[in-house]
Amino acid sequence: MAAADDDCERMTPSRRAVLGAAGALFAWSYMPKFAYAAAGARDSRFLLVVLRGALDGLSAVPPLGDPAYAALREGIALTKDGPEAALPLDGFFYLHPAMPNLARLYAGGQAAIVHASATGYRERSHFDGQDVLESGQSGPGKTDSGWLNRLIASLPAGETVSRRGALGIGVVPPLVVRGSAPVLGWAPPRMARAGGGLVQRLGDLYGERDPALALVLKKAIETELIASRQGMEGQARGGGGPDSAEGMRRIAEGAARLVGAEDGPRIAALAFEGWDTHANEGGAKGRLATLLGGLDGALATFENGLKAVWKDSVVMVVTEFGRTARVNGTVGTDHGTGTVAFLIGGAVNGRRMIVDWPGLRPEQLHEQRDLKPTTDIRAVAKGVVADLFGLSGPVLAERVFPGTGDLAPMQGVVV
Amino acid sequence: MADRSEPRLKVLALQRFGLGPMPGQAAPAGDARERLLDEIRSEGAPQPQVSFSGAAPIGRALYAFEDEERAARESRRVAGQPSSEAVQVAAAPPEPGRVQSHLPAPQPAEPPFPQKVYREEVVARVHLALATETGFAERLVQFWSNHFCVSVAKGNFVRAMAGAFEREAIRPNVFGRFEEMLIAVESHPAMLNFLDNQLSIGPDSRAGKRRGRGLNENLAREIMELHTLGVSGGYSQADVTGLARIITGWTIVGRDARLGFPGSFAFNPALHDPGGQKLLGKVYRQEGKEKGMAALADLARHPSAAGFIAHKLARHFVADEPPQALVAELTRVFRETGGDLAALARALAMSDLAWSAPTTKLRTPQEFLIAAFRALGRKPDFGQIAGALGVMGQPLWQPGGPDGYPDSNAAWATPEGIKTRIDVAAQLGRQAAGSVADPRLLVEEVLGPLASPQTRQAVARAESKAQALALLLMSPEFQRR
Repeated sequence: MAAADDDCERMTPSRRAVLGAAGALFAWSYMPKFAYAAAGARDSRFLLVVLRGALDGLSAVPPLGDPAYAALREGIALTKDGPEAALPLDGFFYLHPAMPNLARLYAGGQAAIVHASATGYRERSHFDGQDVLESGQSGPGKTDSGWLNRLIASLPAGETVSRRGALGIGVVPPLVVRGSAPVLGWAPPRMARAGGGLVQRLGDLYGERDPALALVLKKAIETELIASRQGMEGQARGGGGPDSAEGMRRIAEGAARLVGAEDGPRIAALAFEGWDTHANEGGAKGRLATLLGGLDGALATFENGLKAVWKDSVVMVVTEFGRTARVNGTVGTDHGTGTVAFLIGGAVNGRRMIVDWPGLRPEQLHEQRDLKPTTDIRAVAKGVVADLFGLSGPVLAERVFPGTGDLAPMQGVVV
Repeated sequence: MADRSEPRLKVLALQRFGLGPMPGQAAPAGDARERLLDEIRSEGAPQPQVSFSGAAPIGRALYAFEDEERAARESRRVAGQPSSEAVQVAAAPPEPGRVQSHLPAPQPAEPPFPQKVYREEVVARVHLALATETGFAERLVQFWSNHFCVSVAKGNFVRAMAGAFEREAIRPNVFGRFEEMLIAVESHPAMLNFLDNQLSIGPDSRAGKRRGRGLNENLAREIMELHTLGVSGGYSQADVTGLARIITGWTIVGRDARLGFPGSFAFNPALHDPGGQKLLGKVYRQEGKEKGMAALADLARHPSAAGFIAHKLARHFVADEPPQALVAELTRVFRETGGDLAALARALAMSDLAWSAPTTKLRTPQEFLIAAFRALGRKPDFGQIAGALGVMGQPLWQPGGPDGYPDSNAAWATPEGIKTRIDVAAQLGRQAAGSVADPRLLVEEVLGPLASPQTRQAVARAESKAQALALLLMSPEFQRR
């Protein structure tokens, strides 16, 4: 709001003191239910990044070795040579030139790329597609809880991961972390924060009158405490939204600091937006290139912010579905099916393309239109979390991704 | 409902169906329900006062602005200066406080044309909401505007047109027929631009054959998924393609004025797929624009649309899980009246179920901010509106996608959501502390019989007037409706 209002904030007691006072109220929630530290167990971190709007996997990771690629992609096709050449991965697949950090991580064995992948959803609605991706259910509209939340609820109580809860980034956190298990919340600061006295009084009032609001406020205060111990309270306010490179970097920075903290959450979910490139998608430069550059910057920010725990970390980047294999009438692409997912982190068994390539000839496309999905992204996700958090196949198949008993967790994704 | 007394109903009318009480409104004359029905008028909802009359003059001025920008860039390039990328106004909501504190900026520069229009439209819309007595019609405008949303994040065109879109396509039709609103929406330049239809070219059209360009199915898909049938309303990919072909040629007049007034809607036969097109098992063979009009009319009358709209309306006003009987009643009224939105609004206001449901629904950030301004008697400027809505995650006409802002407690009652709401309430409390005589009296005026003893006590025991006002604004009775 107006600049003059900020002066009022400076007259309140110091932020740290205020937070301390408010935090004392809820200190009980930090008491471990019982000490837990399995000998030699890995203290894993997992961040899920949802790209909302459907990422064009054929532009992000172009199969330049496929003879049908160039003709399908017309003016937005990427090339192996020239000043804006795509970055080589395995000789068949290349990486969009806006992603040098991902190329470096891949070459260093800290990134794997899943191609021609999708969830089980085969329609083309963004909202239903995201619902399936995040709920972990077999179809849309089945539940209000996300698979990461149910994952936490499935772990033994008192275990570090479940005790710390999941972090949902944003004023409206992604569905994938919502549910009955505790969720912390954070977003890049945009305005002077209210004084702790007010927060404490509201905590009391909600405690008496409104249990639901009392619970979410308690979670907000817990996150603030971790943030203040990480020295994050002095962060600049403002900045772009989650569809800008600057916004992506700030979100990644905050998420990495909270998840990297010793007393922070072990699991986080966040979303970047703007991937619905129906028109003027661009090739090596342009609209999608700008977004991919923002994502690439965010990946480097994760790597840097999680440095101390990077060897035990996996960042998974997913989107609801892909886009049409052919360019549409407006130099963009419409809603499709198969696409890519990225796995980044010191715990990733990297420098690998995880793919069973279906080909791009018309008869090889899904409904003669989209990249055919040959790898179920849920099998990859199950493999990652099974290895990171020690979840068993039956729990994954019944509670986390219900009804996926015939979809085995992918082996060897994590080192 | 435990307390069916008239004073309670009057506050509830303002909270659940209106924009929230203003001081002095707690005991107005007349029956609470009658006051809602009074706002149902055939001419539609009231119009905010702005200096631009509609999409066409805005469109022409926008073209002129873009031409000037291009000329300025060109002259800079010739002069050897680095070119400016400032044509596209930033998608993120502006934050005047930050700009003022970080830039030396001695004289405030005139904002670029699209932002100037957007600012004026936002302020006019909010000030209208603050002057309205009950606001049932205004709430319906907000509902339909979110149902048929556009987003200014798309670019300069929608940024300049979003206000005109609501004034021209939504407001006149909130008490008309659904079919009329649907056609006004889908043929409005703001919607055609937002969902790319002005770029879509029929593959068999004259232009399509010549240029080898083709369809963009974005608008066609969302018409069925989000605007009429709902995602499980019974259509296929073939129907999406069929409707996309049917509405090829629905476009916006360019700066050359060849097809009409620059910036207004036009049907361009050169882009239109000729011949019959199939949609939901029926072949449409009408000529030109009539083909699309007939298809939209059939979608508006489709049985799936009645149920889809009825459920969304009940969910918005009453509860995330609205009473099944209420949804059934609204569906019946929609169907039997052929989508008469006045009859639908009347059915909602007359339903005992809509009045007796407990107040569980958390106000959206926009509803909360308007209600807070009304309660505090503030008349905010653009920065105060846009700054607060930006941090709370609901800037005006800027949802993240064509499905609009969420309408459920799960989306808004989140840790960070509530925390930023408290930040906004604290700031509003500080700003209003000088003008409100006694916060305890304000509790009686705006919450009255709804106020709990605990809320009254918290306000009375606050350490300052500013804190007392923030507690009132953040009390469960103010937050839930």
